[in-house]
Amino acid sequence: MILLILLLVPLFAAVMLAFVGDRRLAPEINILGSAATFVAGVGLALQVYEQGPMLAGGKFFFVDAFNVYLAVLTSFVSMTTAIFSRRYMRREREHGRVGHMGMRFYHAMFQLFIFAMLLCLLTNNIGVLWIAMELATLSTVLLVSLYRTPTAIEAAWKYFILCGVGISQALFGTVLLYFAAEKVLGEGGDALLWTNLNQVSRSLEPTVLSLAFVFLMVGYGTKVGLVPLHNWLPDAHSEGPTPISAVLSGLLLNVALYALVRCKVLVDGSTGTHHAGNIMMGFGLLSILVAAFSLLRQKDIKRMFSYSSIEHMGIATFAFGLGGPIATFGGLLHMLGHSLAKSSIFFTVGHASQMHKTQEMDKIKGLFKGNPLVGWGMMFGVMAIAGMPPFGIFTSEFLILTATIKDAPLLTPFLLLGLAVAFAALFRKVQPMVSGEIPPYQKMLKVAHVPVLLHLILVFILGIYLPDFLSKWFHTAAELIK
Amino acid sequence: MNIEIAIKLTSFLAAFVLLTAFGMLVQRRMYGLVNLFAWQGFFLSINTAIVGFVAGKHHLYISSLLTLTLKVILLPYILHVLIRRLKLQKEVEVVVNIPMTMLIGIALVIFSYHLTAPVRELSTLVTRSTLAVALATVMIGMLMMITRKHAVTQIIGFLAMENGLFFAATSATYGMPLVVELGVALDVLIAAFIFGIFFFHIHTTFDSLDVAQMERLKEDD
Repeated sequence: MILLILLLVPLFAAVMLAFVGDRRLAPEINILGSAATFVAGVGLALQVYEQGPMLAGGKFFFVDAFNVYLAVLTSFVSMTTAIFSRRYMRREREHGRVGHMGMRFYHAMFQLFIFAMLLCLLTNNIGVLWIAMELATLSTVLLVSLYRTPTAIEAAWKYFILCGVGISQALFGTVLLYFAAEKVLGEGGDALLWTNLNQVSRSLEPTVLSLAFVFLMVGYGTKVGLVPLHNWLPDAHSEGPTPISAVLSGLLLNVALYALVRCKVLVDGSTGTHHAGNIMMGFGLLSILVAAFSLLRQKDIKRMFSYSSIEHMGIATFAFGLGGPIATFGGLLHMLGHSLAKSSIFFTVGHASQMHKTQEMDKIKGLFKGNPLVGWGMMFGVMAIAGMPPFGIFTSEFLILTATIKDAPLLTPFLLLGLAVAFAALFRKVQPMVSGEIPPYQKMLKVAHVPVLLHLILVFILGIYLPDFLSKWFHTAAELIK
Repeated sequence: MNIEIAIKLTSFLAAFVLLTAFGMLVQRRMYGLVNLFAWQGFFLSINTAIVGFVAGKHHLYISSLLTLTLKVILLPYILHVLIRRLKLQKEVEVVVNIPMTMLIGIALVIFSYHLTAPVRELSTLVTRSTLAVALATVMIGMLMMITRKHAVTQIIGFLAMENGLFFAATSATYGMPLVVELGVALDVLIAAFIFGIFFFHIHTTFDSLDVAQMERLKEDD
């Protein structure tokens, strides 16, 4: 029941916002819808926490510790992003960067996107998972091109084409998966249900499954933004509106990784080897290294942080590929920490670029003095994302490192190199922006406090104290997917 | 219908699907491209219906009908309208190095046969031999998207890939569950809506649908 509410609220809000359009009330409805979704998400989580994993809607939906935590995270970040975007988008509208139709699209598609991601997470059917993932892509394509500038259209087209091609590969992988499953489970929709597949994974044909995994890896890997399939990501993040960058980085990449992990569990179960895990580790490590070195060369602030997203998704992919309870626990925690920290960084980046009317890092200066919340928010966000000790990402990176030293010691230097370069690059780039004198063209603007602070406080708490229920959740989830 | 005849018919239709894929790879005119795409959909739709009849899978009739309306009638119609509205009839695209593209296409077909060999061995369906063709269609669609720089061509390549995937589902497993097929069709429809909007945007911004002009977003060293 709660599950149905969780899915229907954003869908209903999307339809409603398509009608409300550019009216004064639209951002408030957007916030209200997301908040209701969040409340439903928490309700669902409580239910799962008390009663354990559950099936709903005639096996169509499946909720366990793994996906319910991502569902809560998705609805939470979408709520805070809606709060942030209220002021941000209104200002963009006043500056004439977005038109009347643009705002209508923005709000409706935002909610549709949330719906698609939640459907992705909660469905039990791997085919429906694919459909929802494609829906999530399609709903954000128009958002990326919202500003209608040549670069925005180029970025959106690239995103559309590359992710379209990528996700087609995933569909082929799904067809192969169905081919193998059908032999064991009989035909019909049941053969695509994750719960059923998982029970019989040992008797699925290993050759077909390893072939399927290559396609699934390429397909969903494109959406996760893994190198060398990442080309769309920096463009889409830097050209789209900032709230969209926040949800793309903070949420969509997670959801795609979630799909990949579910497939990996199946394939490893079937082949009985670490084949799928090894592929994921390779992609993950490559992403970490390439993204870390690319960070150094960036001039555009949003582009830089999108490379940081690639790096962090690389770390999480590496962790899930490595497997084992510790690394998986670290991966789960890392996804959570990254989502919270990265979206808060994008909030401050959005404010900073509005204050300076540019996304070029050379021209952004004096944030500490100009607007302490934006300056310190960005600084703390970067500290969190770089893995400085009191924050949650330090814990997760530490866990992943420990597991690497134990299980794959030869890879440790590469992992450390990537982390160190990214750390140095981030601070070298951010330092000049936050310190220094206020440039004359900087404008004072009202900013949204709540989203930034809320996210940072949560990441901070994650670092010093991991609540019991959360660690219990992660342990159960890690048990499921190790 | 006799199984033997059915096998012959499906192989025959598979050959035609592949042939249209190769045709699209070299076609320079926009209308010609759309028409080839419509033909591919048509062969696919008939093939699906035959498989549905032989295997006694009635949900394949729905898939077949869906392909017919969506990929043979609706999408080609939309593309025709867009081409006329945006006055693209005269935009003849230069295809770089046709012989080379064809050779790569042939290599992809061989590669697909090699790749699907394990699946073919395990399968007991009458359609098992067409899976390689389906994968080849997917790959050729992808090749088309890479080698050609016109927005319409890229979209048709995208849709041809979708055709290949649909074909793969039919030949490997007698079609995916209906809910999945309906969902995929819905996604294609939404994608059509979106690229329609995009054609107009790209046209007004770049004054042509040649995507080769989009090269502002690059890594600067």
